[in-house]
Amino acid sequence: MKRLILNAAFAVGMSLAAWCVSHVAVAQTTDLRAGREAVPMADNPKLEARLVDISQELRCLVCQNESLASSHAELADDLRQEVRELIRSGKSDQEIKDFLVARYGDFVLYRPEVKPLTWVLWFGPFLLLVMAAIFLGVYLRQRRALAAPVPMSDEARERAKQLLKG
Amino acid sequence: MKKVLIPLVLFMGLVVFLAVGLKRDPREIPSPLVGKPAPHFTLFTLELGDAKFSPVDMQGQVWMLNVWATWCVACREEHPVLVAFSEKNQVPIVGFSYKEIQPQDPAYKSPFDDKLKLARERSQVWLKRHGNPYVTSVMDLDGRVGINYGVYGVPETYVIDKAGVIRYKFVGAVTPALLAEKVLPLIAELNKS
Repeated sequence: MKRLILNAAFAVGMSLAAWCVSHVAVAQTTDLRAGREAVPMADNPKLEARLVDISQELRCLVCQNESLASSHAELADDLRQEVRELIRSGKSDQEIKDFLVARYGDFVLYRPEVKPLTWVLWFGPFLLLVMAAIFLGVYLRQRRALAAPVPMSDEARERAKQLLKG
Repeated sequence: MKKVLIPLVLFMGLVVFLAVGLKRDPREIPSPLVGKPAPHFTLFTLELGDAKFSPVDMQGQVWMLNVWATWCVACREEHPVLVAFSEKNQVPIVGFSYKEIQPQDPAYKSPFDDKLKLARERSQVWLKRHGNPYVTSVMDLDGRVGINYGVYGVPETYVIDKAGVIRYKFVGAVTPALLAEKVLPLIAELNKS
């Protein structure tokens, strides 16, 4: 029986490992593909490096959990092309991001700007942490008060002495 | 007894919070373009020849811009709604044919004029079959004007006021309910001013 469980665990482990390997492989081909697409512009590796830098910070709007650098969506292709041209025309990284934000909103940024609208997003987790710490402190103090030693009366002390002697 | 209820209430609060989150559509991204002037462009129209269209041509009237393509499945669902809407003549609708020739299309790499001709043909055939709600339709073959309008899915619909300012944007297929409850009241209000 034990053996069976061990075997099953081994099988699960192996398939998990295989899954991971296959997904890493996919991720790598994605990168390679991005590189190959860039070949026509490879006469300017600096430009491509900047394109990757910028587009890793940008979200693809079609497949929302992918960055613009890794997405294969058609719109992502078009947007990368647009970013290339903006780089060529001498725009700064910030200007390029502003260009996209003006069209698609803060949503395209993986790191939204810190402004009143995004305060909850940026500081909310810390606020929760502080609240949890306060709650924990209060709770521990209450518990300590409950478990505080009760002072011994003289009578009880006397009795204890007697018992120890006995 | 009361103390037992506290975690329950907290938990219910969390459930409601998450349930609301689940119901929200992540594709509904507020457009920063609402309230801004409609980006300028000049594009060839569906009609043969060198006819061009620019948003300036619509200055002084409230109009709608509807992004569509013959390859777009959701457009087919939306189209009868738009055709019925246009028959009431409440507002001119300009079609915006977005990347009619897709990259996987053999014609994608052909010269611009050939692509334009093919896109016009396809679009006209499609409009003949499904009805034409548009006063005209512009051809954004490479999708670059679409980028200026923040297009990221087809269909999309914009309402633009007399001064050329975008007042409303909707991503996805419009429904009769949306037109009746949101778009028409907005158009009536914009027409007054």
